[in-house]
Amino acid sequence: MSDVNHDQPTHFAFDEVSEAEITKVLAKYPPERKASGALPLLYIVQDQMKRQTGSAWVPTVAMDVVAERLDVAPIRIYEVATFYTMFNLKPIGKYHLQVCTTTSCWLRGSDDVLGACKKAAGIAHVGGTSADGLFTLSEAECLGACANAPILQVDNDFYEDLDGPRTEALIAALRRDEVPQPGPTNGRHGSEPEGGRRVLLDANAGAAGPQKG
Amino acid sequence: MVKVIVDGIPVEVPAGSSALQACEAAGKEIPRFCYHERLSVAGNCRMCLVQVARAPKPVASCGFPVGEGMQIFTDTETVRKARRAVMEFLLINHPLDCPICDQGGECDLQDQAYGYGSGMSRYHEDKRAVTDKNLGPLVKTVMTRCIQCTRCVRFSTEVAGTPELGGISRGENLEITTYVEKALTSELSGNLIDICPVGALTSKPSAFQARPWELKKTDAIDVMDAVGTNIVIQARGGEVKRIVPRINDEVNEEWLSDKGRFSVDGLKRRRLDRPWVRVHGKLHPASWQDAFVAIAKRLEGVPGSRIGAIVGDLCEAESIMALRDLMHALGSSNLDCRQDGAQYDLTDRANYIFADGITGIDEADAVLVVGANVRQDAPVLNARIRKRYLSLGRGGLPIGVIGTLPSDPTWAYEPLGDDPTALNALMDGTEGFAAKLKAAKRPLIIVGQEVLVREDALAILAGCRKVLAAGERAEGWHGLNILHTAASRVAALDLGFVPGNGGRSVRGMLSGGVDVLWLLGADEFPVHSISPDTFVVYQGHHGDAGAARADVILPGATYTEKEGTWVNTEGRVQRGFQAVFPPGEAKEDWKILRAVSEVLGATLPYDTIGALRERMQLGVSSAAAAPEVASQVALDARPLVPATHGYYLTNPISRASPTMNECAAVYAPSAAVAAE
Repeated sequence: MSDVNHDQPTHFAFDEVSEAEITKVLAKYPPERKASGALPLLYIVQDQMKRQTGSAWVPTVAMDVVAERLDVAPIRIYEVATFYTMFNLKPIGKYHLQVCTTTSCWLRGSDDVLGACKKAAGIAHVGGTSADGLFTLSEAECLGACANAPILQVDNDFYEDLDGPRTEALIAALRRDEVPQPGPTNGRHGSEPEGGRRVLLDANAGAAGPQKG
Repeated sequence: MVKVIVDGIPVEVPAGSSALQACEAAGKEIPRFCYHERLSVAGNCRMCLVQVARAPKPVASCGFPVGEGMQIFTDTETVRKARRAVMEFLLINHPLDCPICDQGGECDLQDQAYGYGSGMSRYHEDKRAVTDKNLGPLVKTVMTRCIQCTRCVRFSTEVAGTPELGGISRGENLEITTYVEKALTSELSGNLIDICPVGALTSKPSAFQARPWELKKTDAIDVMDAVGTNIVIQARGGEVKRIVPRINDEVNEEWLSDKGRFSVDGLKRRRLDRPWVRVHGKLHPASWQDAFVAIAKRLEGVPGSRIGAIVGDLCEAESIMALRDLMHALGSSNLDCRQDGAQYDLTDRANYIFADGITGIDEADAVLVVGANVRQDAPVLNARIRKRYLSLGRGGLPIGVIGTLPSDPTWAYEPLGDDPTALNALMDGTEGFAAKLKAAKRPLIIVGQEVLVREDALAILAGCRKVLAAGERAEGWHGLNILHTAASRVAALDLGFVPGNGGRSVRGMLSGGVDVLWLLGADEFPVHSISPDTFVVYQGHHGDAGAARADVILPGATYTEKEGTWVNTEGRVQRGFQAVFPPGEAKEDWKILRAVSEVLGATLPYDTIGALRERMQLGVSSAAAAPEVASQVALDARPLVPATHGYYLTNPISRASPTMNECAAVYAPSAAVAAE
């Protein structure tokens, strides 16, 4: 990939928190199949980088460390890490704004969400990071929460049923270091219909059984 | 066996075969890009689509297992349409740069586009472009041409055992790369060029040099190591342009080491193209006649016991035979082919060759490597060990190593110690590797040059034999295998080019042991130890160490310039043919010896190469019995020392090659790091 970050750290070692996680992860696989731990370990790397540097990303040297831990060639880990968009291969801002722009979200107004992100976070282009280093904006393919479209994923949390103003408010809150409650932002509960139930309103209707016509 | 019907032709194929293999058995050619017989199946190019009766859609034949009574159709309208569609997709992002592409004329994509291409493009969007990668001094990349068949990824992972290439990113952005921009560290990296079906990976040294249809192709044998790799020399206008492997399943399958492939540019540099005679300490150009007269003059009155001859590592059997006959005619028994001072057990031919054969590796159930760096000594043979290692699954092939390996051998092994006394533990051991070796029916002990050049070499060989005797072995299995590194060595031993009764060895001929020393392409011994009073005749093709010391230089031919017979490390007798003519006044070596014999008054009894060959007895040992020292010398606890000359510069041809020198420079620093 042409956008390999060239400003790489020269050293990476798992800290105690990560080591505990790794022990849990690797216990799930037989020892000769521990290569299966590639994805979880890369997540552990990313989390540790977030803890240590405030930026959740996976440096190349960390991939080498993962490869060594799993007894595979480093290239096998590079392949995995570059395949999945969830791994950031260069430093990102403190908050990673991932706007879903696939069909459902797009039809429900993801363009507004994207525009609001750019405006509120001060990022010119998708993929960019704001000057203050707080936000990185990226476009995501379907996040699988179409019932609550449009979605903005901030780090690991989904903010749902967004529109432009609410997105701006969300980003303003993040800027103040407040982390709002994830989930629907328009007051609905989970994926229930907006404005309350509209079917099965008659509690006794079910008892009579289906009408035969 | 499973019965399958391909286009109405019934064929029987082994159970577990793929539909593609069944089609081939029926004589149907199936187009393919990603499928390769010697690699795992990827099934990602989709070019090999065929129709199978009752299957709802075309299937990729390379990964589709056959079933009893299966009906396969390879040439229906559906199949042709499907392949045309696949081809159209492949060509969408493939550049139309065939006129400047080195693969042109031998390109799978080009060839198959004739059959399935549409002649015009319906694609109007922007094409994909990919940055070229730097894979080191040997493999050139034009990655936009890549069709992502992943053959190179699978080759480097499976065959070469150096997993450095991979597919990075996904979808439209998928790229084949090392990701960290490093030179490939494999000694087999040149095979990536052959295996790439398009022009994405081509030869860097021979870029833009020649078109395949302009090249004259000659079958020959590689001399850069003792494997005897079958090669095709491709030449144009008297110049060798490139060397590629030829398929021989019993020797090299279809691989060739980098040294064998890329030393080509050394063939036209630092060549001896005319005779030279030293007058008053300085070499002067001379005619053949003058050179012969100078030799005859010096030899006058010199008794045979004061004349010696040393054979180099690249010589073919014919010139070795002629030199032996000449020396015998002159009354000399000071003959030696062991420039490195190696000791062999010459009592039986099986004791100085790779007795179980290269195909024996495919049957081995345990391997013990003693003092050999197989990966560098014989890269192609090492790939065979890796193949066996992989085929038996994790831990299925126990491999033990005595000695130190400077680099990853590409198979997992148990280090058993760095000195030969480790053999003692194997002789009477009952646990660990010793037990595995004892239980093995076909244990393969590979003994390398590091052992043979030691003083206790014969004791180590005896030790290995004791280890073999400790268990029950399969009928006809030798077990003890010598891995040679010199292409000429087995032929020279077969022909008895070793000191005769009272004769001197290489060491004995140095420091004034003889008055006249004949070097036949011999450069790999301490030339500086030749006494200043010794008259040195150097017959060879390159201006290397031997020629620098010579009093008379007789220009000979390289392996590409003469017809000759070579015997590889397993004792296989193979013939190579002449591809080009020697440069200038240089001549084929046996002819030089025949001509000089006449001037010396010891005319050799043959005028044609056929008559000479009738005298050659290859495949049997005519060497003298081994000196009886095995019982006296005990195993020495000094560690086995890996050769320090590296891989790329081991003979006069590779040392003259700019490509090999560049490789040595590029790969040297990492070798130093590995040694630390």
